[in-house]
Amino acid sequence: MSTESNVLTAASADAAAPAPAAPAPAAPVADKLTKKALTADHPTWCPGCGDFAVLNIFYRVLEKLQYPHENIVCVAGIGCSSRFPYFMNTHGIHFIHGRALPLATGVSLSRPDLHVFVFGGDGDGFSIGGNHLNHAARKNVKLTYIIMDNFVYGLTKKQTSPTSPIGFKSKTDPTGAIDRPINPMRQLLASGATFIARTHAAQVKHMEAMFERAIKHDGFSVVECLSECVMFYASAFDDSTPRKGGVFETIDEAQHDVTDETAAFKMAENLTPGKFGVYYQVNRPTKNALEQKWIDDTQSKMNGMTPKDVLKKRLETMR
Amino acid sequence: MSSTTIESAGSSTPSRTLRNAVIRFAGNSQDGIQSIGGFLARLAGRTAQEVMTYMTIPSTISGGPSIFQVHIGSGQVLTSGDEADVLVAFYQHSYDGHISSLRDGGICLYDSTPTSMERDAVVNLKHERGIKHIGIPFTSATVEAVGGSPRDRGKNMFVMGLICAVFNLDREKLVGIIARQFGKKDEQVLRNAMLAFDAGYAYQVGDLDKFFFEHGEAEAGHRISTDGNQMLTLGLLAAGVRYGAAYPITPWSTIMETLRTELPKYGGIYVQAEDELAAVSLTIGAAFAGHLAVTGSSGPGLSLKMEALSYASMAELPLIVINVQRGGPSTGLPTSVEQSDLMQAIYGSHGDCPRIVLAPQDVEDCFYIALEAGKLARKYSCPVIILSDQALSSRIEAFHEPDVDMHWVEPGLNLTPKDADFKPYPLERNTHHAAPGTKMLGGKYPVVTGLEHDEWGHPSGSPKMHSAMTNKRRRKLLDAAAEIHAPKVHGDQEGDVLLVGWGSTYGPIRESTDRLRAEGYKAGHLHLRHIHPLPDGIQPVLNHYKHIIVVEMNDYGAYGYGQLAMLLRARFCNPAIRSVCKTDGLAFRIKDIVTGVEKHLAGGA
Repeated sequence: MSTESNVLTAASADAAAPAPAAPAPAAPVADKLTKKALTADHPTWCPGCGDFAVLNIFYRVLEKLQYPHENIVCVAGIGCSSRFPYFMNTHGIHFIHGRALPLATGVSLSRPDLHVFVFGGDGDGFSIGGNHLNHAARKNVKLTYIIMDNFVYGLTKKQTSPTSPIGFKSKTDPTGAIDRPINPMRQLLASGATFIARTHAAQVKHMEAMFERAIKHDGFSVVECLSECVMFYASAFDDSTPRKGGVFETIDEAQHDVTDETAAFKMAENLTPGKFGVYYQVNRPTKNALEQKWIDDTQSKMNGMTPKDVLKKRLETMR
Repeated sequence: MSSTTIESAGSSTPSRTLRNAVIRFAGNSQDGIQSIGGFLARLAGRTAQEVMTYMTIPSTISGGPSIFQVHIGSGQVLTSGDEADVLVAFYQHSYDGHISSLRDGGICLYDSTPTSMERDAVVNLKHERGIKHIGIPFTSATVEAVGGSPRDRGKNMFVMGLICAVFNLDREKLVGIIARQFGKKDEQVLRNAMLAFDAGYAYQVGDLDKFFFEHGEAEAGHRISTDGNQMLTLGLLAAGVRYGAAYPITPWSTIMETLRTELPKYGGIYVQAEDELAAVSLTIGAAFAGHLAVTGSSGPGLSLKMEALSYASMAELPLIVINVQRGGPSTGLPTSVEQSDLMQAIYGSHGDCPRIVLAPQDVEDCFYIALEAGKLARKYSCPVIILSDQALSSRIEAFHEPDVDMHWVEPGLNLTPKDADFKPYPLERNTHHAAPGTKMLGGKYPVVTGLEHDEWGHPSGSPKMHSAMTNKRRRKLLDAAAEIHAPKVHGDQEGDVLLVGWGSTYGPIRESTDRLRAEGYKAGHLHLRHIHPLPDGIQPVLNHYKHIIVVEMNDYGAYGYGQLAMLLRARFCNPAIRSVCKTDGLAFRIKDIVTGVEKHLAGGA
């Protein structure tokens, strides 16, 4: 259950790079990575949006980790939260709705020297991209996915989201939502994610701890971060916001073995307000490592043949 | 031509020399007739002969009627043959279904195993059109040689031996090819195969001439024989493609299967994605990360990739997309040939999203088109779609082995630091993104985006910027059109009719053109490998002919023109452009084309 043992430092990031020779993982650079260096345009989010806190905490965690600036990649799909890459001064890509995870998979598998972060919302992650979430989790792709869950479609102005609770009144459910909401923790557990945590945008210290542990996890790590939409669902997280009379109940890891899948399932039963913290974390070989092992094993049997020789030999067999 | 090579046997000398012959094997999909065809095709490649094969398989997991047709010759072989000189029928249904494909005076070898042993032994022979029937007990003779029950395989090898003897094929070379194929399995398999082969070779056919193929003229360099999917795959590897992803679909799948097992040798990774959308997204991820990557599919799968392809145009990322077309719409005819995804390839997706579309004309060209796709994708940072098709994917041809040293592209990752004035989307130049890992010396890092943007990649809804960026993306096509060459016209450079085609119909159209010229028409053939953009310089070519007939395997559409014909009419406003189309899921025969063209020339249709 140790989390320290799977800490992935920048210097020990995935071992050999596949050809075409991707550069070896870069060691921390001399130039200090500061919040100022990481800041880009001012976010276009509404004043009071929970996503501001997520952005600020992400700056802070990167400042702490000091990865080389040029090796940080922010990936997003579509939605309010998916504008994240524009507000981060790092290499970034703003992709189509729901497909940020497969795109990030392509980045991660082809470039082991990079630190890949994916940002999105509940619609992007659990609805249109739901299938990709299952498969990125099962493949254990090396990346960190932060889902800013606000229980509503905000960018398109208040439609029901896959996490909207039953009874939530929206433009698409004027008499109240009737479909059972997704339970993110249980879905992720069932899919085989190796790091699953839950946090709250109003609890910045907790969020910082979760982000840091997720990023250091060697594998597919997901943090569901409840992040209030002040325009379309302002009361969504009152039950878990002490300031508004709710209870923010964290997981006591002395009582909860994070490697116990059954315990994690049990704990995930209560959707809201639910518990906050690391639900589950195990070590399983990443897809990145397994693919690299296949490459290494294959190439070790090639007796020094270059790829060009391999192609020539293959053509020879067709003569 | 094939129809004049073999005369009805038994009428003259006991042996005769052939320039070429078409042999059709008809049986069920599990009888191993594809193996026979494959062996013959490989043998032809090794004996300086030309070869083209044609196969049909049922769209079922196992069983079902299947054919394999081999056209072998010492002269130029451009098609798999309109009609067969020899039909090898394994069953009654094979005989009934294919005897009409045998030419007048052709030879039919059929399984005459007594009905007590084989329910389907051929009966009710049609003694007409000068066809010579020769019954040979494929099944019982195989059982006699190998042992086991009639259900055991092996009669394909018996037939192989028989064909080897009848056509005086190079036995030593053929046995070598068979040994290499079966030797991979186990000794028992090879032993049984050889027992059956020898039994077939030794079988006394009786009243049949021995045929000899003229020796082909040995040319410099090696020749290889393989199919289109294989050559596309090898072309991608030579082009420096090391990453990609796809989802299985017929007839595309064999490309992804080969890439999945081959790429680790090249240090690369190919992912089987959860769906088509994930596949193209993953590939765009690898492209964003700085690699040339490939995804591919067949018809319906290409439709699913469309949103992401629109993104790749907008975000200006290089990408190779292969579409091995099959019969459509919807799941259509998964194992039949059609060229009906052209409009989708060029105009599918939302918005104006320019991309380059190429089509290989034969198996050999699959290799070179993959290389060219890589070059164009890199240069113009946009998606390049390769339109292959079902016929090309599986047919085997013999051709010159490509010179790997000459064409090899070493994949590279460009992480050269960028200066402060770096613009990811310059209006005046081609976009070449800074891959992650690139130091930005000015301290500002770029975001690649599908939102309309300014030169720095900032989202911009300005009307002026959208026009400027749309112009910029379109201009790539104009530059590409100026860079690529118009293809040379085969045949008459001016006159009555120009036949225009694209993709795998190259051979039949070329032979049809020659046939028309032999009949006295002044005819030319223009085959387009670059379909979008069209190369500059086509307009003057069209002006030299009275009639322009586009020959393609898709429907006439609402206004009477096939898909390429429609595009050419729109592009050149030329009323002389007409269509000969066909949608039966089978490859064009020469007579389909010649008849269709003559109808137009006569002023009909």
